[in-house]
Amino acid sequence: MDVMSQASPDQTAHPGGTGVGASPGEEPLLRLRGISKHFGAVQALYGVDLDLPKGQVTALCGDNGAGKSVLTKSIAGIHQVDEGEIWWEGRRVHIRNPKDSAALGIETVYQDLALADNLDIVQNMFLGRERLQRGLLDEDSMERAAKETLASLRVTTVRSIRQPVATLSGGQRQAVAVAKAVMWNSKLVMLDEPTAALGVAQTRMVLDLILRLKDHGLAVMVISHNLNDVFEVADRIAVLRLGRMVAQDSISAFDRQSVVDYMTTGVSSRAVKGPSADGGRN
Amino acid sequence: MSGIDSQGGLGADGTAAPEAADLTAAKVDIVPPEIVAGSLSQYFHAWWARVRGGDAGVLPVVIALVAVTVIFTAVSPNHVFLTPANLVNLFDQSAVFMVLAIGEGFVLLLGEIDLSIGYVAAIGGIVTGQLVQPSWNWPWPIAIAGGILAGAVIGWLQGTIITRLRMPAFIVTLAGYLIWFGVMIQILGTAGSVGVSSSVLGNQQALYGIVYSYIDPAISWVGLAVIVVLLGGMMWLRDAGRRRRGLVASPIGLTVAKIAFIAVAGVAVVAICNINRGVMLPVIGVPWVVPLVLAVLAVWTILLERSQFGRHMYAVGGNPEAARRAGINVALVRTMAFVLCAGTSGLAGIIYLSQQGAMNTNINGGQLVLYAVAAAVIGGTSLSGGRGRVIHGVLGGLVIGAIYNGLYLLGLEIQWQLVITGLVLLAAVSVDALSRQSSGVRV
Repeated sequence: MDVMSQASPDQTAHPGGTGVGASPGEEPLLRLRGISKHFGAVQALYGVDLDLPKGQVTALCGDNGAGKSVLTKSIAGIHQVDEGEIWWEGRRVHIRNPKDSAALGIETVYQDLALADNLDIVQNMFLGRERLQRGLLDEDSMERAAKETLASLRVTTVRSIRQPVATLSGGQRQAVAVAKAVMWNSKLVMLDEPTAALGVAQTRMVLDLILRLKDHGLAVMVISHNLNDVFEVADRIAVLRLGRMVAQDSISAFDRQSVVDYMTTGVSSRAVKGPSADGGRN
Repeated sequence: MSGIDSQGGLGADGTAAPEAADLTAAKVDIVPPEIVAGSLSQYFHAWWARVRGGDAGVLPVVIALVAVTVIFTAVSPNHVFLTPANLVNLFDQSAVFMVLAIGEGFVLLLGEIDLSIGYVAAIGGIVTGQLVQPSWNWPWPIAIAGGILAGAVIGWLQGTIITRLRMPAFIVTLAGYLIWFGVMIQILGTAGSVGVSSSVLGNQQALYGIVYSYIDPAISWVGLAVIVVLLGGMMWLRDAGRRRRGLVASPIGLTVAKIAFIAVAGVAVVAICNINRGVMLPVIGVPWVVPLVLAVLAVWTILLERSQFGRHMYAVGGNPEAARRAGINVALVRTMAFVLCAGTSGLAGIIYLSQQGAMNTNINGGQLVLYAVAAAVIGGTSLSGGRGRVIHGVLGGLVIGAIYNGLYLLGLEIQWQLVITGLVLLAAVSVDALSRQSSGVRV
């Protein structure tokens, strides 16, 4: 069990070394080291380390105000980090805005979905990255690509991909948002509370979608309050508490109670299997 | 109709997908009819369902036009409302409202408002008028460009203040309303004017001729035929091509109906304009302002509905946060909306200049703004942003122009014109509010 006991912000990392929780020898897709972020007087993140390996679902857990959204938005380029290093495929990168993040292959599915209600499914999926032909929008090619992506994810419940997003149910909107994220040959997809406010069947659909992303070899990060969902889809768990990463390991090292302990107190007396084989930075 | 199966695109046909308890139901539960209907009759059924659901589409325009025509034909002296001379006059008067409403549509699309455009139009008209005075006598195309540019610069100033300093558009453009009103009086002098009715200066004649010179009847019929064939052919090829490739397209019947409607409306307008409306000397032909408005409609429709920038405008109007996260420069899009709005208003001012033969301090910029907003909203543009098309400004402008014209024919005193203007604006806004209420979040 790798408990980074309230890791101090000034602790510098060794990028070449073994990743936190990643398989030995394999470079995680995204590696964060010592990420700090403050808003005015409020410190949101204190020296956070995080690894997101390919083909695995990492659940980011934490109570309200733990800094989950800030961390996600920092990776997505919505916020710029104050301190710390971001390594992508073993290369040091700087993410200054959403375009930088998208250029690396990072896509985010936000809690409020970030879809424009007045636009249809195709228009939303290509928003900001429209295909052009002779200077004008190439609707045919965009519609075909959107259709293929939805089909590959087996999203089959919408009546027409030309219907405005306002006419979709919550689960369908979530599916469109996920499809939008994967259409860009993205390598990392981050989902912010993907099942919040969804019914049972719709939640099932979204969880299946997450597992399909993983099968496609993508790195997936799921932010969730819902431990049922976490234990159903996650391969790894990372727990934030008050802006610090208090635990990060493969799912076998946790049980529900220990995750709750980490989220609420920052420590857990419950050791499920002891330190996992691949865990540990020390 | 072979394309029907592909309409849904994804194989769902109502029997698929058990939509079990989903706590976040759709905000609007009625899908636009043209994308799911397989035939014209299905389309009308779906369309009627949508109207009952509260989204009236172009229905208010049709009802308003019929009502206004019937009422004013009945009550106008000698039923003069429907005479060719008056209808052509109505087109001329409507042109100013149409172009202003098209301009206002750009900012309404973003959920903003621009109250200054009446006097921005005046400034545009003044700049163009000044450039063709004897002392300058610049070529008329440059004068027109100058008037549009003056509007655009004002729009850029106001838009920059609104977006960069994060000030409410309502207040900034209200300030603009006063400022440009004052600037106009300063330029013209309290009772002055700048005219374009010279009979010797060719450039003034050209500007005056926007409204008061007419296309040769034979040429206007040929022009109409070319427009209908080109536009109809493009619509047909596009829809047929999409149907063939299995993409979402409107039913063939609807495509045909649209093309037929354009042809009939075009024939009606050209026919009315080609009836002699002169009292002593024959006056025949389509005023040049008609193709001018059509050109504005075409260019701005392509920008809004076929270009990437237009798509981004809709996105910012629908959900600015989503647009920002998609990497769209929201501040630039918003500023550009004010630039497009004010630049288009400058052109409206040039049409006004032509129609009046001069720009003088009598121009009622306040009333023009309200008419423009009312026209855009009656046409189907939403006040809350995200919904609106260029054609809405044209249709709404026609309704407002008809009301304006009818009230003038009745010879009503100014106080009643004001009251009726206010009532029309109120009616327009209630249509918008009603459509939003009934399509609001379902609980």
